[in-house]
Amino acid sequence: MIETIDQIFVLLKHWLVGFLPAGLQPVASVLVSVVAIIAVFPSLFAIAVWMERKGLGRMQNRIGPNRVGPFGLFQPIADGIKSLTKEDIVPLRADAVVHFMAPVVLVVVVFMGIAVLPMGRNMTLVHMDSGLLFFFAMGASTELSVFMAGWSSRNKYSLLGAMRGVAQMISYEVPLLMSSVAVVMMTGSLSLGKIVEAQNQYTWGLPHWYIFTPWGLAAFLMYAIAATAETNRSPFDLPEGESELVAGYFTEYSGFKFALFFLGEYVGMLSISGLGTTLFLGGWSAPFSFLGWVPSWFWFFSKVMLSICVFIWIRGTLPRLRQDQLMNFAWKFVLPFTLFDLLVAALWRFMGDGWARWVVCSVILLLAYALMGGVGMYRKHFRVRSYRYAE
Amino acid sequence: MSFVFYAIAALTVAGGLAAVLLKNTVHCALALTVAFAGLALMFLELDAQFAGFAQILVYIGAVAILVVFAILLTRNAETPKDGVYSRNWLAGLVIAAGVFAVLGWAVLQSVRVLPHETTTPTVTVLDIGNALMGRYVLPLEIVALLLTAALIGAVIVAMHEKERAK
Amino acid sequence: MMGQATPLAAYLLVAALLFSIGLAGALTRRNAILVLIGIELMLNAANLNLIAFWRYGPHPELLTGMMFAIFSIAVAAAEAAVGLGLVISIHRHAHTTDLDAMNRMRG
Repeated sequence: MIETIDQIFVLLKHWLVGFLPAGLQPVASVLVSVVAIIAVFPSLFAIAVWMERKGLGRMQNRIGPNRVGPFGLFQPIADGIKSLTKEDIVPLRADAVVHFMAPVVLVVVVFMGIAVLPMGRNMTLVHMDSGLLFFFAMGASTELSVFMAGWSSRNKYSLLGAMRGVAQMISYEVPLLMSSVAVVMMTGSLSLGKIVEAQNQYTWGLPHWYIFTPWGLAAFLMYAIAATAETNRSPFDLPEGESELVAGYFTEYSGFKFALFFLGEYVGMLSISGLGTTLFLGGWSAPFSFLGWVPSWFWFFSKVMLSICVFIWIRGTLPRLRQDQLMNFAWKFVLPFTLFDLLVAALWRFMGDGWARWVVCSVILLLAYALMGGVGMYRKHFRVRSYRYAE
Repeated sequence: MSFVFYAIAALTVAGGLAAVLLKNTVHCALALTVAFAGLALMFLELDAQFAGFAQILVYIGAVAILVVFAILLTRNAETPKDGVYSRNWLAGLVIAAGVFAVLGWAVLQSVRVLPHETTTPTVTVLDIGNALMGRYVLPLEIVALLLTAALIGAVIVAMHEKERAK
Repeated sequence: MMGQATPLAAYLLVAALLFSIGLAGALTRRNAILVLIGIELMLNAANLNLIAFWRYGPHPELLTGMMFAIFSIAVAAAEAAVGLGLVISIHRHAHTTDLDAMNRMRG
């Protein structure tokens, strides 16, 4: 019974595909999985948008959407219908082909990245030996779509937003990759399935998730920072900072193309949370061994949605960075710390089992963090700011 | 030879041609990414998964972006009015055609001695990693050194003007 | 054209075509960045050759061709970074990236 619920989607697919002749079955199996992904992630996107609007509303002491359906739950559907029926405006001097291709490239690439994520036991669309590399290859391609959108619009705000966006994504891609390399080093595989399997073990009922090791925690924090920047989320949302750039690289997009950008951004967020879940939070494995009866897909999707809640929480809490602060933060703090963490991970690997490595690695990482913070803050006196015009 | 190969080859060559022939510089860069993507697909077709993904990550994710950055920083985004081809374009074209003729002739002459379809090699990422850390460890270290040198060099080239302005 | 040809020959022909296209681009364009684009195409054609020879060669398990291609990708990235850095530096100096206009040895 437990087995059946855990594998319910896999069994459902086999049942559906079973109606077809044997020759078509492999193709049909892939098609059914693709349709499932294309159905599930946009619905999660709708839920995430609703959560974001409601949650941010609460944080900002207002109610948020509450007109369409109970608690405003149908707001995303109404938004979808609105953007479908709106006029699609292409600026006169815009480069029409590139302008059209940009959102298409973004959505295609973002959905392709999801294909390698293990969403539950036996629930990976494509088992790839180098799945992690594939994910990052697809993630790197989104930068191109940002550039295409910004350049083809022939609008200075779009172009500035695109330049900021591309520079930021390229800078934070390095720590994103480097923090994942620590996990690859521990598992000895680029296959995401194997990475989850390695974490799906328990000692005293507690899981072997990588976040529960000193190097893993440090790598996860760096991964989370880089992922926030990579998806252009606040506090790193300079490319679309509305107070300076109207809406950044998609200023000139309207109607359905704008909706595609919106979709691409949120699905990108979901997929990068999915990767973080897979790498550090044990993927589809249960948080305690006695909870093993709960289906594996439930754990994966609840971890992803929890990460989305953290994204929203951070957006409601932190103010936006300045461009130079953003770049300095990437190259002078996040990247060195990630590289250092790689060394600590190697030390952890070669110290063998026992409690000694816990103490040594934690102390080294804490010292490094304190030292780096001390150097960064040296001779900087932060006082309460006084504003000339605000007082 | 399958239909897939012809489709990918057509895509790659079309991307390459567009990258060389188009007037607008940014269009050239975007066509170049099409050619890169086609080549990555071709690597996948050749069962070189790792190299194919590395191609996408490095070329589309980094080199193409660098090229568009350079285009925008040098104000080349608009089509120049006074022609895009060099004065001695004819000589260049003749040389390129000659090179293609020689290469094509060499390939067609050696068709009979070229090895035929072999068994598909099963190469895992682990094998590649072991090879990089074993047999090819010295080249790996040298590449690391080269990349560091390129990083520092690029930073110095970019910083040069700024220092003088101070 | 290639009724009885091996797949390897087809890949080699595509690579030769790409190489020639890249060469033509590098030799005929005026813009320095487009010359670099041509050079990138040529490097990529060489990579395709390496991978094709690795796949159909006698000892694919030794990974020689694949390793060559991977190292060549890494070197090409460095080459692009330095080359474009130089182009930007020249643009700052001479306010042009037109190679036909850059015919003086003195700055």
